[in-house]
Amino acid sequence: MRRKSRMTVALFAVAIGATVLLGMTAISYDIPRQMGREFRSYGANMVLVPSSGARLEISDAMRAARLIPPASLVGLTPYRYEMVRVNMQGYTAAGTNFDEAAKTSPYWSVTGHYPKDPLDVMIGSDIAEFTKLPLGAAMSLSGRTEEGNRFARDVRISGIVRTGSAEDGFIFMKLETLEEMTGSSGVAELVEVSVTMNEAELTSLAARMREEAPSVSPNLVKRVTQSEATVLTKLQSLVFLVSSVVLVLTMICVGTTMMTVVMERRKEIGLKKALGAGNDSISAEFLAEGLILGAAGGILGAFFGYMFAQAVSMNVFGRAVSINWYLPFISVLVSILVTMAACMLPVRRAADVEPAIVLRGE
Amino acid sequence: MNILELKGVSMIYGAVRALDDVSISVKEGEWAAIMGPSGSGKTTMMNIIGCMDRPTSGSVFLDGEELSSLSPSQLTGIRRDKIGLIFQQFHLISYLTALENVMVAQYYHSMIDEKEALSALERVGLQDRAKHLPRQLSGGEQQRVCIARALINYPRLILADEPTGNLDETNEGIVIDIFRRLHGEGSTIIVVTHDPEVAEEAERTIYLEHGRVANVVKR
Repeated sequence: MRRKSRMTVALFAVAIGATVLLGMTAISYDIPRQMGREFRSYGANMVLVPSSGARLEISDAMRAARLIPPASLVGLTPYRYEMVRVNMQGYTAAGTNFDEAAKTSPYWSVTGHYPKDPLDVMIGSDIAEFTKLPLGAAMSLSGRTEEGNRFARDVRISGIVRTGSAEDGFIFMKLETLEEMTGSSGVAELVEVSVTMNEAELTSLAARMREEAPSVSPNLVKRVTQSEATVLTKLQSLVFLVSSVVLVLTMICVGTTMMTVVMERRKEIGLKKALGAGNDSISAEFLAEGLILGAAGGILGAFFGYMFAQAVSMNVFGRAVSINWYLPFISVLVSILVTMAACMLPVRRAADVEPAIVLRGE
Repeated sequence: MNILELKGVSMIYGAVRALDDVSISVKEGEWAAIMGPSGSGKTTMMNIIGCMDRPTSGSVFLDGEELSSLSPSQLTGIRRDKIGLIFQQFHLISYLTALENVMVAQYYHSMIDEKEALSALERVGLQDRAKHLPRQLSGGEQQRVCIARALINYPRLILADEPTGNLDETNEGIVIDIFRRLHGEGSTIIVVTHDPEVAEEAERTIYLEHGRVANVVKR
């Protein structure tokens, strides 16, 4: 009875160890996928610029962008910059696609709304402060076309954007509007790309893009990709550390339990040896117990680990975790190995029991 | 023909000479008793004869084989194949039935055979108690299961350590009767005992004192 309760404790220890192992490993495997979308709020992680010259053909950029798996592509935003004047003051006008900009720059804080009409513009917060122009106000834009002719348009401020960067000094408008004003189309200074990929995958993608469209030079936004990699590495190190500690604790628990079982069964071991059991048979019996313990605890742990990973993923990321089919098998295998390793010392102790202890009640 | 022969056997633990130049022999089919006060070397001698220990010096021959130079695993093999052990405290495995306890010895010897184990229990009059756990058996019955277990692999030598030490008079009688029968069937028996009544049943009693053979009485 006492032995049963001891083995139950050991079984629970293995099961808890396997639960944490599978749960943590599943989460750590899934973190890049889960965090990929979260990380995209940092903004674009790749920028396409012309490999030579000042401007990029948007069609070339689109050809390169076709290499991105659709499931990984979050947003793709072209930016075309032109110098314009408002009341004799020079500003940079940025023509873009606002549907895509909302995806590649989700951190933009917009008061009012993105431009909807062709003559709507969104001004940066620095301009709004400097000019004191309110939402809905009209302003007169002027500049020069590609051929050098002057253009002038009256536009309306539909929104004020705070980006926290130099873009707070820009006047944003639809790309088509800027193209119509300047009389040229299909080009951009750069295309921002937001992709759910890690640094290595992005590097490989960039290489393939260069081959596909040599006029396009894809650059990784290092501050984004590297901080993502740092966060992921730290998270995965934490998971590794916690799993290792739990496995060591499991080993200690199983080891001490098996050691107690061996001590309690010294007489029985001595008797079996007196009856002719070799060290191999005695060791095999305990290792078989360890094997069953590890396998049973591992299977229980794989089941509970899956539930644990799901619960954590649902609570933290709001999405179900996807577990590779081989993870439960590896978890059971590791449980067996850890249990067997924990049994090694008790097994040696068992093999060391002298058969003579059965004589005279020693 | 001698089945067991000890020649100049000594066992030294530090400064203690547990056995001091002991030479004895036991013939095949003989029933010998070893007697002596506590500390006389009986247990040490049991360990050596039972292949559970090796002497510091001297030679031990069992069934013609010299034991003192064998490795522990070789001694285990000899113990398994040639010796049937009977213990004062029976040493039955508490969670196994009487039948299974007998089969444990078969398991480590060769292979289990329930019929044969049952017939061994029959020989000690316990066929009806085969499915009982040790705690459901009396002391005498437990000792008989222990004897059945010792007999199951047809040992060349039955080595009994105080076989009646934990039994009442009735059960002592039953166990001695079984020994008589086994002896009658030609088994070689060595009994280590404190009990003169048990020793008297043997053909020869070897008295040990301070690790030496003090006296040998033949009947």
